[in-house]
Amino acid sequence: MSIGHPEIPKPSLTGFTVPLMAVAGLLLGYVVGTAKGQPLLGLIAGAAVAAALGFVLASFVPDRRVGRLGTAVVAAIAGFVMAGVSGAVVGVIIGLIVSWFAYWLSTGDYRSTVPVYATAGDVLWHNTFKLICGLIFFFLIAPIVVVLPLSFNAQDFFTFTPEMLAFDPEGYSLKHYRDFFNNPDWTRPLKNSFIIAPLATIISVSLGTLAAIGLSQSHVPGRRAIMAILISPMIVPLIISATGMFFFYSKLGNWMEGNLGLSQDFIGYVKVVLAHAVLGIPFVIITVTATLVGFDRSLTRAAANMGAGPVRTFFKVQMPLILPGVISGGLFAFITSFDEVVVVLFVGSASQKTLPWQMFTGLREQISPTILAVATVLVTFSIILLTTVELLRRRSERLRGMSPT
Amino acid sequence: MSDTTDTGPMRAADGTPLKKSLARALRRQKLRALALIAPLLFFVLVTFVVPIADMLFRSVENQIVSDTLPHTVRLLSSWDSSTGEAPDEPVYAALAVDFQAAAEEKNHTKLGTRLNYENPGLSSMFRKTGRGADDIGKASAKRLTELDPAWKDGATWAALLGSDDWLANMAEWSKDDGRQPRFSARAEATSALPLTSDVYTAFARVVRTEDKKSAVETKPWPVLYTALEQDLATASPEALAAVGGPSAGLLQAAGAAVPGFEPISYKQAFVDMDKGWGEVDSWQTIQSYAARYTPGYFLNAVDLEKSPDGIQQRPEQQQIYLMLFWRTIWMSMLITFCCLLLGYPVAWILANLRASTANVLMILVLLPFWTSLLVRTSAWKVMLQQQGVINDILVWLGLVDDASRLVLINNQFGTIVAMTHILLPFMILPLYSVMKTIPPSYLRAAKSLGATNWTAFWRVYFPQSVPGIGAGSILCYILAIGYYITPELVGGTQGVFISNRIAFHISSSLNWGLAAALGTILLGAVLLLYYVYDKIVGIDNVKLG
Repeated sequence: MSIGHPEIPKPSLTGFTVPLMAVAGLLLGYVVGTAKGQPLLGLIAGAAVAAALGFVLASFVPDRRVGRLGTAVVAAIAGFVMAGVSGAVVGVIIGLIVSWFAYWLSTGDYRSTVPVYATAGDVLWHNTFKLICGLIFFFLIAPIVVVLPLSFNAQDFFTFTPEMLAFDPEGYSLKHYRDFFNNPDWTRPLKNSFIIAPLATIISVSLGTLAAIGLSQSHVPGRRAIMAILISPMIVPLIISATGMFFFYSKLGNWMEGNLGLSQDFIGYVKVVLAHAVLGIPFVIITVTATLVGFDRSLTRAAANMGAGPVRTFFKVQMPLILPGVISGGLFAFITSFDEVVVVLFVGSASQKTLPWQMFTGLREQISPTILAVATVLVTFSIILLTTVELLRRRSERLRGMSPT
Repeated sequence: MSDTTDTGPMRAADGTPLKKSLARALRRQKLRALALIAPLLFFVLVTFVVPIADMLFRSVENQIVSDTLPHTVRLLSSWDSSTGEAPDEPVYAALAVDFQAAAEEKNHTKLGTRLNYENPGLSSMFRKTGRGADDIGKASAKRLTELDPAWKDGATWAALLGSDDWLANMAEWSKDDGRQPRFSARAEATSALPLTSDVYTAFARVVRTEDKKSAVETKPWPVLYTALEQDLATASPEALAAVGGPSAGLLQAAGAAVPGFEPISYKQAFVDMDKGWGEVDSWQTIQSYAARYTPGYFLNAVDLEKSPDGIQQRPEQQQIYLMLFWRTIWMSMLITFCCLLLGYPVAWILANLRASTANVLMILVLLPFWTSLLVRTSAWKVMLQQQGVINDILVWLGLVDDASRLVLINNQFGTIVAMTHILLPFMILPLYSVMKTIPPSYLRAAKSLGATNWTAFWRVYFPQSVPGIGAGSILCYILAIGYYITPELVGGTQGVFISNRIAFHISSSLNWGLAAALGTILLGAVLLLYYVYDKIVGIDNVKLG
């Protein structure tokens, strides 16, 4: 970490660490104080406690671990006295942050990531910049994180109840999850989603992989035009695709009903699956083409040389190598369909209601906290998908790295 | 291998010239590639490109007027609306036939709805008229059946207007045989009684396909009597005499009697049903929208309308689309700018940290990217509500009074915050991939040459990151202007986009032509932006994840 900075000059204790700690304490104390109704007291007490803490830790507790643990324990006890269990939890958090800040300042760690010749202004700007980035990351992740605990709310509220804040077990329950898994309003859409998305994925992956292989050949007439057409479902805004499909698919449905004698329900599923399949195709094309760019063509020639037919070559040589790309393309197609609401809203009928559709109506009309439970399940689901895609990407890179170029 | 000095063309193993053999191999390769692409291309064309083309067509298509009121429209084309007088009697006579026929097929309400978009009030006029239109025909029917009760009979009409073949087929047909024979008209009857023949063809079609009954046995529509009376009044005796078949005698008798009937004032009849029929205004609308293709929807989409004096602005209170387009454009710009403002530092720090740390932080960017759109939208709904998390924290901190909680949602602020959050990964990822290629040594070199931090950034680093800014901004902008779900859920009335209006016209107001026209304009804008994107980044360089 500190390569190139062999000696970081220790900052002055009274001129730097203690005053800055006091400022930090001032802010924290104000926050806690206002919440308790005594902002002025909080302000002064916070500043004094923090300054003292900074002095003590910097001068007498050189071992970081002991110092941070000790501060956290003391703060937890103080918090517990003030506000029970939740106070203790907040105390631990505040204690850890404040003690980290104290060591960060007093040991000169705050300079460790800037060149040794940086001026004080540089260091200040650098750390402010990091703080800003941290806040932006917080902005990115906070809404998703907030939803998770709220989904365990025992009340039908969309905010933290006092019981939840006090970590009272009474304040938490699984009732929204029970509702999600038992209420037909939610189970039917869930089932529909799991019918429609895999079927759409199969169509887009099988057709898309074939086409991507075709596109990767060296002589394809009109490649750019074909590519533009195949990518177009991703380019055109969903609302426009939905509008076009709304008109055309209703005609298609009437035709199928009149001439093929299929049931309306079945036709509805066919329409939605076709619409979702075409929306997923660009993702398959893009990922599989990207994998094929690095594909070593001499492998197929070698296979042909040893007497394998084109089909055998495809399944035994080419497919295993491009499989990671195909699977991640498939995952993209799956999530596109699984997450899609505009097109299904226009093309489908009530019996094809999917999970996002139900969430959309839920959010627009009768806002029910079950949505938060659904959201949590879906976030977990997307974490699993994200991990899979990442692992596949690494595997694909490794496989491609192995093949001679 | 061979050491002969062969001066002829090089040959492949099977003896064909090498050039030819190679060309054949190349052709085969091309065909194979195309054969692999063809199924998908066909699939995308049928399920996506054709629907979009259908939408484009729908935005100008306007056949309903001339299909529903064919005779009226033809006569109306010579009417001069600037005289300030409603059209003459013949137009109303044609309308009497067209309108009754339309009412029998329930098409008059559709037409009323269509014309209502251009001239509010016509819908109710059409509906009202549809209820009483039969009376006109019934008056004629009474006079003709008094002349000869045979006119009451479906068989009389069938014999008069159907061809001999059709009559013979119908005689053999019974209900259990399944499909009825298709109607074919008697040629002399078509030339002698054009209106009646037209109406009877429609009658036979409806009876055959919808009622699934025999036209010969079905009671004729009243409109047939109106049409016949009009035809007989104008037909020459020779033409009538030429009509053969079993009903020839009846027809000639009627042809002799009809000129003696007291003429019906169709105009009076229509004006009695609804005053609107006597007004120039209603007729102007019908005349303006009589063409099979109309720019009317597009004009409507930009707050204009077609009037007798040319194209002009809609009334003030009906102008919403330009404002919505404008709002969509500037709010998308604002959102793109917010994304850039927040995305630039994050992309910078991701590109300049050690790989292991950057990978961990990258998860924070990718997780929202992979999370369901509705989950993120619902999260913002939870956060921004008046009883939501942000307001609660502000109240807890004492920054905001409990009674005056901030309104953060169902306005433009809500849309901007939520959409910035949703589109931010689309800005960070392209920026990151560009910044990753900028060597950090450039900045150090600039500084060692005496540049200040700001100069080094602004003159050295920033210009190199511009391609990333361009790519990310255009991507965000394109995504933003077509967004529907998030503005619908968190935008209230002030924060919605043009796409919400399109959805409204599709599902609520059912003005599909206008929805198609709005969609076409939006599509044009997006394609234009994509053209720019292609020039800057290249469509092939789109990467995911």
